[in-house]
Amino acid sequence: MSHRTFTHLDALESEAIHIMREVAAECTNPALLFSGGKDSIVLLRLAEKAFRPGRFPFPLLHIDTEHNFPEVIEFRNHRAKELGERLIVRSMEDSIKQGRVVLRSENQSRNPFQSITLLDAIAEFRFDACIGGARRDEEKARAKERIFSFRDEFGQWDPKNQRPELWSLYNTRTHPGENIRVFPISNWTELDVWEYIEREQLEVPSIYFAHWREVIPRDSGLLPVSHLVQPKEGEHVEKIMVRFRTVGDMSCTCPVASQAKNVSEIIAETAMTRITERGATRMDDQTSDASMELRKKEGYF
Amino acid sequence: MSEVKNIRRDRAELLRFITAGSVDDGKSTLIGRLLHDSKSIFEDQLSSIARTSNKRGMQAVDLSLLTDGLQAEREQGITIDVAYRYFATPKRKFIIADTPGHEQYTRNMVTGASTANLAIILIDARKGVLTQSRRHAYLASLVGIPHLVVAINKMDLVGYSREVYERIRNDFAAFAQGLRLSNIEYVPMSALNGDMVVERGDRLTWYEGRTLMDLLENIDIEHDVNTDDFRFPVQWVSRPQTEELHDFRGYMGRIESGSIRVGDEVTILPSGLSSRIKEILLYKDSFEDVFAPQSVTLTIEDHLDISRGDMLVKTDQQPQIKKEFAAMLCWLSEQPLDSQRKYIVKHTTRMIKGMVNQIDYRVDVNTLNHETADSLKMNDIARVVMKVQQPIVFDDYARNRATGNFIIIDETSNNTVAAGMIC
Repeated sequence: MSHRTFTHLDALESEAIHIMREVAAECTNPALLFSGGKDSIVLLRLAEKAFRPGRFPFPLLHIDTEHNFPEVIEFRNHRAKELGERLIVRSMEDSIKQGRVVLRSENQSRNPFQSITLLDAIAEFRFDACIGGARRDEEKARAKERIFSFRDEFGQWDPKNQRPELWSLYNTRTHPGENIRVFPISNWTELDVWEYIEREQLEVPSIYFAHWREVIPRDSGLLPVSHLVQPKEGEHVEKIMVRFRTVGDMSCTCPVASQAKNVSEIIAETAMTRITERGATRMDDQTSDASMELRKKEGYF
Repeated sequence: MSEVKNIRRDRAELLRFITAGSVDDGKSTLIGRLLHDSKSIFEDQLSSIARTSNKRGMQAVDLSLLTDGLQAEREQGITIDVAYRYFATPKRKFIIADTPGHEQYTRNMVTGASTANLAIILIDARKGVLTQSRRHAYLASLVGIPHLVVAINKMDLVGYSREVYERIRNDFAAFAQGLRLSNIEYVPMSALNGDMVVERGDRLTWYEGRTLMDLLENIDIEHDVNTDDFRFPVQWVSRPQTEELHDFRGYMGRIESGSIRVGDEVTILPSGLSSRIKEILLYKDSFEDVFAPQSVTLTIEDHLDISRGDMLVKTDQQPQIKKEFAAMLCWLSEQPLDSQRKYIVKHTTRMIKGMVNQIDYRVDVNTLNHETADSLKMNDIARVVMKVQQPIVFDDYARNRATGNFIIIDETSNNTVAAGMIC
């Protein structure tokens, strides 16, 4: 028999399991948003803890921009299969073909348009709740968001009209057409996520670990070279050792210089880092002081 | 099930606290100072507020900008009720519920306080104990926050005077006695200069107590939860009905208080039937004994009809079961209480119909006087008698926070309109 003490991770884990079970019990038709990124990988382990030995009482849903890193998509498919749970993928390519999403150029960031495909998927399957891996430490709009975040018929978040959330009594009621986004790891930080990944020995896509990659220094970030991102005139390509802190749209997700080859080295780096997760890695959050807030109001996660 | 683990209750590593005070008391500066001096501010955040400080013509970086609001708040001159912030020291992880605003303070503070272990009440040393300090202390006592720290701030503006500090401390203590608040700590500080927040500084040498950070890191919160009474509201019943798990029935939920061990006798409420704990499971682990606030899956020796909304308790630790009960109510909605209407009451894992049957009195949060009332509007606090359609299984809030609280939901709008504490 092994012994250990009840840690802050145990407290956060228990809270998250409690939240997932409330969703399962009170919502009619929930889904869990799984992208293959580290936060949603943690969600899957929490769902296993919440519902095994039974099946998950919800399918997994991925809104695929088709600008994702291939390692992440491979990982997504592998993990869903391993769990034996149903994975629904809805692609932005379809939204583009149907004219629901109109891009200015083929290579522009697709992050802002995910909302459209997500809202279409919600309507198609009549999901009344979507469980997501957003955390409040990511961004100041998130800091003010509830764990059960209510969206109106148009998928919009109204920051000044949120339901009060007291104790752990969550109000899950919706009218038809409305939707709730649920964030079980709201109270986790980036460091907590990595410590949990280490403790639970969770697999993550390889691009989270340090590897050699061709990048273009642009603005304050390092853009990864791909079929979507090529050097502009006057820019140069460098090959350096990097890892990704977040995995999103290839055209705007920047890696950071790193030597961290395994989870414990990532934890050591995360504990020391002086730049926020989104500050370092997301060009689309730096366009204005309120970019995340605006995207959320339009239906973003 | 492969591993058997025994998790020990040890020092609590996660502390949730709330800061009560207005902008004028230096609340944002204090939070900024805590984050800055504990090295929890990232360079990109710091350079962003440095730019803004500079734009606004300030000489030094204004740490209060760290808690600056959203675009919607800036444009419309409103404040959104609660923002959550995170920082850590080698000893503990902290979650701050930052609740700004003057107008809707009661509603905001009650919301933020509902999950807090500790409240910091900020007092401007120049002004002393004001009406609003009393209001904050009353709300802290109402919501049953176990620990209070009275931060007597802006000591730099009163010449770091020991007399001023002691006078305010004595005033507050006299008032707090009437509220039956215990566990109060007092710290003189200058959040602006950083004295006694994380560092001691060299201007308050006469103060021999602990710094604010020292208190936050070391205050004993292990005994905040009720460790006596086992309470397990069933959230979800697992019946996989696969070939190998044909007869498996797992009762899933979170232990809200107390502890339980394999073999213990439990009573299922409200039915009153009894059985014994067979297994305590979570994913691949199975445990001998577990305690609040662990989320687990329980199996019992007998086949009983148990569903969501039922509560498992130890047979020798029975709660109350009633359809009518007294409660302190905080009204949260802009839509006033309609005492003729039926609402939805959510208590533990149950949702039932109910109504406010009677308003005993309303509390004036400034004077603490009781007054009569026919209705309740936003930010009102009142003692009421609730009546619900089926009996609920509860403890008094003062004895058990988790089984003594409830929310009221408006069936038409689906909004959460009130928070209640059973007394």
